[in-house]
Amino acid sequence: MSKYQVNDKGYYGPFGGAYIPEMLYPNVEELQNRYLQIMEEPSFKEEFEQLLTDYVGRPSPLYHAQRLSKKYNARIFLKREDLNHTGAHKINNTIGQILLAERLGKKRIIAETGAGQHGVATATVCALKGLECVVYMGEIDIQRQAPNVARMKMMGATVVAAQSGSKTLKDATNEALRDWINNPVDTHYIIGSVVGPHPYPDLVARFQSIISKETKIQLLSKTGKSTPDVVMACVGGGSNAAGMFYHFLDDEDVKLIAVEAAGHGVHSGESAATTLLGKEGVLHGSRSILMQTTDGQVVEPYSISAGLDYPGIGPQHAWLFKSGRGKYVSATDDEAMQAGLELTKLEGIIPAIESSHALAYLQKMNFSGDETVVVCLSGRGDKDLDNYMKYFNL
Amino acid sequence: MQINKNSNGLLSIYFTAGYPTLNSTIEIAKTLEQSGVDFLEIGFPYSDPVADGPTIQHSSEVALKNGMTLKVLFDQLKDLRKHVKIPVYLMGYFNPVLQFGVENFCKACREVGVNGTIIPDLPIYEYEELYKPIFEENKISNIFLVTPQTSEERIRKIDSLTTNFIYLLSSNATTGKHLEVKNQSEDYFNRIKQMNLTNPFIIGFGISNKETFEKATAYANGAIVGTAFVKILAQNNPLRLIPDFIGDLKK
Repeated sequence: MSKYQVNDKGYYGPFGGAYIPEMLYPNVEELQNRYLQIMEEPSFKEEFEQLLTDYVGRPSPLYHAQRLSKKYNARIFLKREDLNHTGAHKINNTIGQILLAERLGKKRIIAETGAGQHGVATATVCALKGLECVVYMGEIDIQRQAPNVARMKMMGATVVAAQSGSKTLKDATNEALRDWINNPVDTHYIIGSVVGPHPYPDLVARFQSIISKETKIQLLSKTGKSTPDVVMACVGGGSNAAGMFYHFLDDEDVKLIAVEAAGHGVHSGESAATTLLGKEGVLHGSRSILMQTTDGQVVEPYSISAGLDYPGIGPQHAWLFKSGRGKYVSATDDEAMQAGLELTKLEGIIPAIESSHALAYLQKMNFSGDETVVVCLSGRGDKDLDNYMKYFNL
Repeated sequence: MQINKNSNGLLSIYFTAGYPTLNSTIEIAKTLEQSGVDFLEIGFPYSDPVADGPTIQHSSEVALKNGMTLKVLFDQLKDLRKHVKIPVYLMGYFNPVLQFGVENFCKACREVGVNGTIIPDLPIYEYEELYKPIFEENKISNIFLVTPQTSEERIRKIDSLTTNFIYLLSSNATTGKHLEVKNQSEDYFNRIKQMNLTNPFIIGFGISNKETFEKATAYANGAIVGTAFVKILAQNNPLRLIPDFIGDLKK
């Protein structure tokens, strides 16, 4: 067993666990007891793989970005999760979890969403399977992300406004947990990131691990070697990074770079750079690193990217950070926006602003010319056009 | 007053410290004792109270805005035992306790004369693995919750870890839902009663008036009123309303 993977008690080093009220215990225990066994069933594997191929459009290409490579003096490959159905890596997880929910006999699906990408990916798989879907979304995010709200509604989902607290992702997650407490028997909660009580961080990472599994095969055929020198991904809760890192964790020669959102600057008071600003704490059922006051109240983060403004990170990331296996860095709003525009001009690919954070760190890597680098392009920028238009006065 | 297996019809009241005003904590506690309440649960607020419905969420938000922290609360409770004789439990989420330091927290509880704690998101496994000796050294009883979905095996485990009382949730719900005693919950209450547990049990969640209080105490040693009382605190000059509210419950 890898020392970077979850242990049988649900912990990554000191992080993880299931810090949940008793009301959630039966649901979480059922998942803990059954997720691995269900994921091993041949019928599950077959249906999962078939849907990833025919519905999501996997494998996603590993694209050698030549002009970008030239600019940064390295051989840079982009893992094109942006080409997946619904436009991001989120669908890998929701496909897996909907199949799991079916096998657990659940009739009703709930989810939280920030920018709406995970909400859309959840509404999509619920439409696919004909299951009831309720998505909790912060009242403020509903106003900011009208097209995604419309997409969810078109697919038959009910979008419920989270009106508590700061009315954003953190509060949408609280509302989803409250719904689950009040509906303890027939409901499955599809968490969108590698956060939450055990087994969610492991469960979601396993479903996202397809990203690095494919990358290894694709690298081997393109470069003759299945491991790169550097792997880079953005981190909010950390699901695309968890999937991108998964099969490289034990290849200690592979540098893992996780890029958090520094908003207006790490120490500006408007940032989501959790590992730099956070302390060990408990939120949404797991022990991890958390942005909080000295009194233990959770601080509302900020980033121009709605997918990265989460005040915590998944417990596996906290462990990779603390153990030194991963390097956790950050990029500001401005750096990310410039990197997004640069990729568009150099390669004709408009990235999601989340993914642009990973790209923004390329300039700080000072490559020597012969490194092989994989950047996870976790999502496409269509959803961010408004932001790009405003920022660059397009 | 001791809460034990022979206790009958005990009334506990929950309220959020720092609500409606920062310094109302002790006055409310005193008035509740004078009005005939048997024991108290004082909530310390958290920014993300997932087990709570809108009323207690709101009281927590206001309390935080008023400046309530664990440090402020322990300062307010310094002379608790000069004013209040009935048992007092602190209730809240784990992260503020973790930041305060679990050991500092238990010591502070002991120093001010708090009897026990209810920390819904500190699970049994983590409690036993990491913190049990600290609670025991300081003689702080940590109270665990039981829901209609909790397995018999787990209830036995909770009973063995408990040194005071078991907190029985009337239904699987967040706080503030109205208790409807249907056949299903009667079966559940009876099932618990027939398990012949070592510890007394108190029913909470959804107890809002005399009717629900009596239904709950027909099975349990006592019952806890939270949301309905926090709604009283939202009114003007709430202290004057407390005696009647308690009187109506226990009549």
